[in-house]
Amino acid sequence: MEHIVIIGNGISGVTAARHIRKMSDKKITLVSAETDYFFSRTALMYIYMGHMKFEHTQPYENWFWEKNRIELKKGFVSKIDHQKNQLIFEEGESLQYDKLIIATGSKPNKFGWPGQDLNGVMGMYHKQDLENLEKYAPNNKTCKRAVIVGGGLIGIELAEMLNSRGVPVTFLVREDSFWNGVLPAGESGMINRHIKNHHIDLRLGSNLKEIISDEEGKVKSIIIQETGEEIACNVVGLTAGVSPNIDFLKESGIELGRGVKVNRFLETNIPNIYAIGDCAEQHEAIGNRRPIEAVWYTGRMMGETVAQTICGNKLEYKPGHWFNSAKFLDIEYQTYGWVFGKPKEYEEQFHWIHQDDTKCVTVSYHKETREFLGINTFGIRMRHEIFDKWLTEKRDVDYVMAHLIEANFNPEFFKHFEKDILNAFQKQQTINA
Amino acid sequence: MAVERNMALTGQPPKSLNTKQKIGVLIGMTGLLILLLATFNLNLPNKAIWLTLSLSAITAGIIIFSKGAYDKKLEGIKNDAVWFNSMSSRGVLAWIAGIALTGFYVILYFFADLLGLGQGADGTNTGLIALFDPLSYAFKNEQASQWFVYGTLYTIAIIGFGIKFIMKYKHNRYEQLRTVSVIFFQTAFAFVIPELMARLNSDTFSLPYNDLKNMWPLNYYAFEQWRVDQFINAQTIGLFFLILAVLMIFVISPWLTYKYGKRWYCSWVCGCGGLAETAGDSFRQLSDKSVKAWKLERWMIHTVLVFSVIMTVATISTFLGYDSTKYWFTKNAFLISVGVFLTLLFAGILYYKRNQLNKSAVAGASGFFIFTIAFLVLISFIDLSQIQIQAKYFSFGLNNKSYAADSALRAFYGFGIGSIFSGVIGTGFYPILGNRVWCRMGCPMAGILGIQQRLFSKFRITTNGGQCISCGNCSTYCEMGIDVRSYAQKGENIVRSSCVGCGICSAVCPRGVLKLENDNLEGRINSNEILLGNDVDLMDYVNNK
Repeated sequence: MEHIVIIGNGISGVTAARHIRKMSDKKITLVSAETDYFFSRTALMYIYMGHMKFEHTQPYENWFWEKNRIELKKGFVSKIDHQKNQLIFEEGESLQYDKLIIATGSKPNKFGWPGQDLNGVMGMYHKQDLENLEKYAPNNKTCKRAVIVGGGLIGIELAEMLNSRGVPVTFLVREDSFWNGVLPAGESGMINRHIKNHHIDLRLGSNLKEIISDEEGKVKSIIIQETGEEIACNVVGLTAGVSPNIDFLKESGIELGRGVKVNRFLETNIPNIYAIGDCAEQHEAIGNRRPIEAVWYTGRMMGETVAQTICGNKLEYKPGHWFNSAKFLDIEYQTYGWVFGKPKEYEEQFHWIHQDDTKCVTVSYHKETREFLGINTFGIRMRHEIFDKWLTEKRDVDYVMAHLIEANFNPEFFKHFEKDILNAFQKQQTINA
Repeated sequence: MAVERNMALTGQPPKSLNTKQKIGVLIGMTGLLILLLATFNLNLPNKAIWLTLSLSAITAGIIIFSKGAYDKKLEGIKNDAVWFNSMSSRGVLAWIAGIALTGFYVILYFFADLLGLGQGADGTNTGLIALFDPLSYAFKNEQASQWFVYGTLYTIAIIGFGIKFIMKYKHNRYEQLRTVSVIFFQTAFAFVIPELMARLNSDTFSLPYNDLKNMWPLNYYAFEQWRVDQFINAQTIGLFFLILAVLMIFVISPWLTYKYGKRWYCSWVCGCGGLAETAGDSFRQLSDKSVKAWKLERWMIHTVLVFSVIMTVATISTFLGYDSTKYWFTKNAFLISVGVFLTLLFAGILYYKRNQLNKSAVAGASGFFIFTIAFLVLISFIDLSQIQIQAKYFSFGLNNKSYAADSALRAFYGFGIGSIFSGVIGTGFYPILGNRVWCRMGCPMAGILGIQQRLFSKFRITTNGGQCISCGNCSTYCEMGIDVRSYAQKGENIVRSSCVGCGICSAVCPRGVLKLENDNLEGRINSNEILLGNDVDLMDYVNNK
C-alpha cells in the first residue's frame, strides 16, 4: 500500500489527507510538531478573548482521524532524505514515505530588530504564541502596555485580542495609513478611525528601531525609529507579515525560493514530493495572485488539487476568481475580484461610504471597457456566488451596480443601502462625463 | 492552557464589572431578596407595594446591568470572556445558579405549600404566593396560585433579559425584532390575555386557561376531557378556540413552517424558546456539539413525540369510549382516523422524500410507526380506564395512589416530561447543559416542526461560497448543538430539523458566511465536496461525480 506522508496538520495538509482518503485506500500519515489534532489557526484569537476554548477550534472530533485511518504523528521533522524517501525527526527517528506533501505553513517575519528574541516578544501564528501571550499578557496588571509592530491582518487581530483584556495597545504601522498597500485610501482611512475609536494608540508611519531589555531579559520598552520616542511596554507583538516555514529544508535538495518552488501541479523538483499551502511558491504567479499565497482558502484548494494528482487524476492548480475576507475589530471585510490599493492605470474606482463611518464599498472597473473588475465591501455582507458569476460573465459595472441587491448577504431585516450606492454611483458618473 | 476562572465580581478585564453593572447587580438582588424574605414568611405589610418594588427592582437591575455592559461599547459581537466568566462557563456560580433554579422548580411543581400555597386561614395564601395575591386580584379577582407566581416571574425574566439581549445585539435587527416578538407573545398571549380572560368566567360560563399560541403537543393537556368539555360548554366562543387549536396543528403551523421554517414558532413565539433566547442567552455555548449528542437527540425527541401522541390518543379515545353519548365522534372512528392519517403521512414521506432519508432515519421512523399503530390497535380492544395501576411501583413509593391506566399515562407524562424534563432539567440546568436542552431533546412540538422543517420548508441557512475559515464561532454559539461549521466549511446549506433559526451563527460569523433564508425548494440541500473558488473544472469533476 502506498504511504502518503504529509508534514503539517493545518488546513492544507488536512484537506489533502481527507480528499486522498475519500478517493483511495492509501496509507496516510499526518505529521505535526505543533498540536496533536488539527485546529483552525484563524480562531486562535478567540481563545484569548474568551469566545471559545481550544477544543472549539478543532473542526473534527478526535475520533475522526482513527475512523478515517489517517495516522497522526507528533514530531518535528529536522531533515528530508529524498534519496532514501525518508524523514528524519529531531529525536533521530525516521519515517519512510512513498509520496511526501510538504504543508508546513508560515512563520512570523522578524527583520533583525535588536531585542527581537527577548522574553515577551512574540508573533501570533502558532498555538505556542498564544500560550506565550497568555503568560506575558494575562491581564493589564502583568502587561501594562503592549506594542504591536506591523499593520496587517494579524496585527489588528492581536490589537483586538489585547484590547479585550483591557491591555493598552500601541500599534506601530509602517505605512501612512492602515494596510494601504492592499486597501484603497477611503477604506484604509475608515479603518484608521475605527481603530482609534477602540482606544488603540495607532501610530502611522512608524517603524520599530529596537526593543530594550530589562535586567532579566524581558521586554522593558521599545524605541520608535522616526521620533526616537521610548514606549514602556511588557509585550511586543511582531506581526510584520509571515514567510514560508521551510528552514528544515535548506540542505534537502528541494528547490527553494522564499518558499518551496512548485509547478502548477504543485510538484517540487523532486519526484514524489509536493508542496501546498502557505509554504509553496509558484514559479510564476497565477494571474494577479502572488506566487506565495498565505491565505486559508488557497491552502484548502491546493489540498483539494494535490489529492487529485496523488490519486491518479493529474491536475493543475487553477484557482478561480480572487476573493478573501477579514474582520477589522467590529467591521467585516470581503473582497471579490481585484480592487487595488493603488489603482492600476486601466482601473477606475468608485467609492461609497456610509455616514456612520463603519460601512463602505469600493467598486473597481475598467476605464475603457467598463468591465467590472472587483469589489471591496466593509460592513455589508455580499454573496460570493453572485460575484463569481458576474466576474466569469465579464459583466460591466453598470449592470453590477444596478443589480447589487442580488448580491446582498446581510441577515434579514437589515437596512439596505443599494439605492444610496447606486445614486452615488450615477451622480459620480454624470460628474465624470 | 490553564485559563483561570474567577468567581469574584471584580477582577481583571474583561471579567471585571464596572460601577454601573455593580449597581445593577445590587438593585436586582434586592428585588430577589424581597421575594426570598416573603418566602420565609416575613410579614410584609402592604404587599402590593412590596411586590411592585421587588419586580421593578429585578427588571431595573437587569436593565442597568446591561447598560453597564453594552452602552459604551461600539456595535459588534459581545462574547469577550464568555469562557472565563464563572457563570457562563460552568464555574462555581453556574453550579450555584443551576442548583438554585432546579430547587425552585422542584418546590414549585411538587411542594408548592412550602411557598405558602393555601397555608393561611381558610385556605388563603401565605409566604411568597401571598405576596402575589394583589396582582392576581387585579387581574382576575382570585388569589394567586403557584402558577400565577411562576407566570409572573417568567414574564419578568423574558422582558428583562430580552431588553438585555436587544442591547447586546444593537447592530442586528433580526435579533432585535425576534426578541420584541417573544417578549410580546409571552406578555400578551401567555400572561395578560389568559389572566384577563379568567375574569370572564362565571357560574354559567367558563373557559380553561388558554394560551392561544401554546399548541398541542407542547401543551400536552390540550385535549383532556375537562378542557374539551369546558370549551364545548362555552358555546360558540369555546368551540372557536377548540377548532382553532386543531387548525393550528394541522393547517396554520405547517403552513408557517413551510414558509419560514420552525423559527416562526421556536424563536419568535414560543414561551419556552422565549426564555431560552433571553434569560438563557448566556448559556447557549454550553450545548453539546458531538455526534454522540446528536444521536441521542434523535432518539430522545422522537420518543417523547411518540409518547405524547399515544398519551393523547389514549386520553381522547378513553373519554370518547365511556362517554360515547356526549360527543359526535366515537372511540373507534377516532382511532381509525388517527391510524389512517399517520399511515398516509408515513407512506407519503417514505415515497416522496425517499431521496432525502438515510437508512437509519427510515429504520427509526418505521420502528416508531409500527409501535404507534400497534398501540392504536391495542387500545381499540381494551378500555384503559378499567385497568388500575399502582403508582408506588413507578414512583419509588412516593405516590401510593392507584390510577386508571389512561390517567396513569397522563400522570406519568405530566410528571416525567411536563415537569421533570421541560422544567427541572430543561430550565433548571440552563447553566450546566445549555439553554435549549428541552427544545432539542424533549419538546414534541419541536419534533413535529422539525420533521416539517427538514422535509417541507423553504427555510435553510445558506453558506457563502468559499469564505468559511472553520473558526468554529458558529458551532460554539449554536444553542441547538448543531455543528454549523461542518456544513459551512463544505459550502453546504444547513438544513436541519433541530435549527430554531435564532440567527446567532450568522451574527457571530466573522467572515459573513451564514444567512438565514426562505427560498426555493430546489437546490436547498446541496452537498459539495469542493467549494466555490477552486478550478471550475475540478469543482464540476468532483461535485458531479
